Amino acid sequence: MTADFDTLTFAGVSRYFGRRRALNGVSFSVRAGEVVALLGANGSGKSTLLSIAATLLAPSAGEVRYGAGTAGEGGAALRGRIGMLGHDLYIYPELTAAENLEFFARLYGLDRVQARVEEALDLAALSDRAHDPAGSFSRGMRQRLALERALLHRPRLLLLDEPFTGLDDVSSIALRERLARERQRGAMALVTTHELEAIEDLVDGAYVLTKGRAHPLPAGTGSLRDRYRRQLQA
Amino acid sequence: MSFFSTALLVVRKDLLVESRSREVVYTALLFAMSCMLVFAFGLVKEGQVVTDAAAAILWITIAFAGTLALGRVFDRERQNETLRALLLAPASRASIYVGKFLGVFALLVMVELVVVPLVALMFGARLFRHPWLMIGLLAAGSIGYAAVGTLFAAMLARSRSRGALLPVLLYPITVPVIIGGVRGTAALLGPEADLAVARAWLMMLVSFDAVFVTLSLWTFEPAMTD
Amino acid sequence: MQRTFPLLVLMCIALFGYAPFLIAGAPYESTMGLVQKIFYFHVPSAIAMFLSAFVCGIASAIFLFQRKPGADRVAVSAAELTVLLGLIVLVTGPLWARKAWGVWWQWDARLTSSLVMWLVFQAYLLLRRFGGPGSDKLSAAVALFGAALVPFVYWSVNMWRTLHPTTNVVPSLPPPMMGPFLWCMVAFLALYGVLLAVRVALEERRARLDTLYLALED
Repeated sequence: MTADFDTLTFAGVSRYFGRRRALNGVSFSVRAGEVVALLGANGSGKSTLLSIAATLLAPSAGEVRYGAGTAGEGGAALRGRIGMLGHDLYIYPELTAAENLEFFARLYGLDRVQARVEEALDLAALSDRAHDPAGSFSRGMRQRLALERALLHRPRLLLLDEPFTGLDDVSSIALRERLARERQRGAMALVTTHELEAIEDLVDGAYVLTKGRAHPLPAGTGSLRDRYRRQLQA
Repeated sequence: MSFFSTALLVVRKDLLVESRSREVVYTALLFAMSCMLVFAFGLVKEGQVVTDAAAAILWITIAFAGTLALGRVFDRERQNETLRALLLAPASRASIYVGKFLGVFALLVMVELVVVPLVALMFGARLFRHPWLMIGLLAAGSIGYAAVGTLFAAMLARSRSRGALLPVLLYPITVPVIIGGVRGTAALLGPEADLAVARAWLMMLVSFDAVFVTLSLWTFEPAMTD
Repeated sequence: MQRTFPLLVLMCIALFGYAPFLIAGAPYESTMGLVQKIFYFHVPSAIAMFLSAFVCGIASAIFLFQRKPGADRVAVSAAELTVLLGLIVLVTGPLWARKAWGVWWQWDARLTSSLVMWLVFQAYLLLRRFGGPGSDKLSAAVALFGAALVPFVYWSVNMWRTLHPTTNVVPSLPPPMMGPFLWCMVAFLALYGVLLAVRVALEERRARLDTLYLALED
């Protein structure tokens, strides 16, 4: 049974921490080739949702399905189909760009490690800095490296937590293009962000999280930010 | 990727990261030497070390330096949330644990390589009379200490009071290691080295290791996942 | 449980009520005299303490590997009782030792293991209090390790002590002392059962309150 899947479904997912309810009956689904944006104020449960989607947290109630199976059924192989870019980037500053990529490539059990590393460095436009420690990079460069690290194993599900934070325009556009390419490849992505302009034409759907509940952002006229503002005022 | 190749991959990465800055090794070594100094002032009387104190100084220094090293190793993983990245990988969680454990063990060995000769020199302790037994005691003690320490330090990596809680958790659980290490070493240091006693202590340490390494392997995944 | 509980409490009161009479009637020990009688409370509380440590360890293992929240409630309660009973042991022990042998503390296997266990379960409680989210699983691991530790502490401290033999050996029990001892043993076990049940019930109430609180927010 292959661990690959083409839909991610949240069905009535709730997550409690003692008395604090981080997520309350969240339901939605994402299909292969779709990018879904998660909007909401800080503390609304976005990071918790991503952690659950990444199988790092279990829901207190409800179910998460990857295709037909749950995280428990998918096991370790399922984790190999998921790629995550957290706010803290998950790269080792003491290691060079090439060493970081090589470590994760081997950790994920990939073949043709050297070829993949070179390809990733190329896509991140870091080939000339391949042997410099990642700690010496600017935020944009580290973000590019971290993104390529998350994409090394060609994951089916991409989870991005505030990927546009602190990026200049050039890097922002590069990230958008990369995401568009992944979408075309058939990956699905969940992106949390405040930078609504940056993901404007990229998303196929959006959900607004308020106090742990997820409301779909209705399709309508105007930019994403206009629609979001309208939703907040409603 | 097999269990052991994942573990080796993690160790190599840890040693590579450490070799770039050498921060943990240097601070642990200097801390160990300061420790020994403090003990010397407390335990040396009229230029002579109180009997059996050399063994105690050795093991307590290793324990304290070990706590420091454990804290730093996992602080590092916490800084960029790389521990999370390790748990996200399709590798078995137990193999990640083994990799981290081997890295901590290697750090302990590096500290011991310096502290043991220093204690022998500064306190006139004949630690090299029966080298194999001595190495055995050090290895068995370090394995037990590193196994429990790695598990607790990893568990505490995201906790708020991790700096204070690690020693509070670790020292009571590693009491048999300290007793075994100190008494075994002291048996080797007496005017007539008591090999049978030292071997008995070594056996206790090895049993401790067998039980607690197994327990750590079992509990790593359930304790680290939510 | 609801119906047997008051019975258990009554039994406990009865046991403890009669215990002083039995203790007073027990023969004096040859060397230590009156002081030895503290042993009738000291040893049962030590036994109850180790029992509690094992209960905590087993409940923690069930919680860790099977994720049953009820097991966690039992574990917390047992850990608190371990610390409480440990306190009794560590206070009565030195009191006895001082009068019987002239020293406040004895590094023998029993007292030392009690001290180590006490520290481990104190650490458990500290971790639960200050560890932040997820500390229920972490402390479960600590309790499991603590329970597994008991034989090793005994082994190492025994070896440590027998190489330096002492004369302070607890005497074996002559028959007339057995009676009161067993009575106190049962009394302490009953007390332990009562306290554990009460504490677990408190935890259950707390959990139910959390659920109600969450439901209210809807």
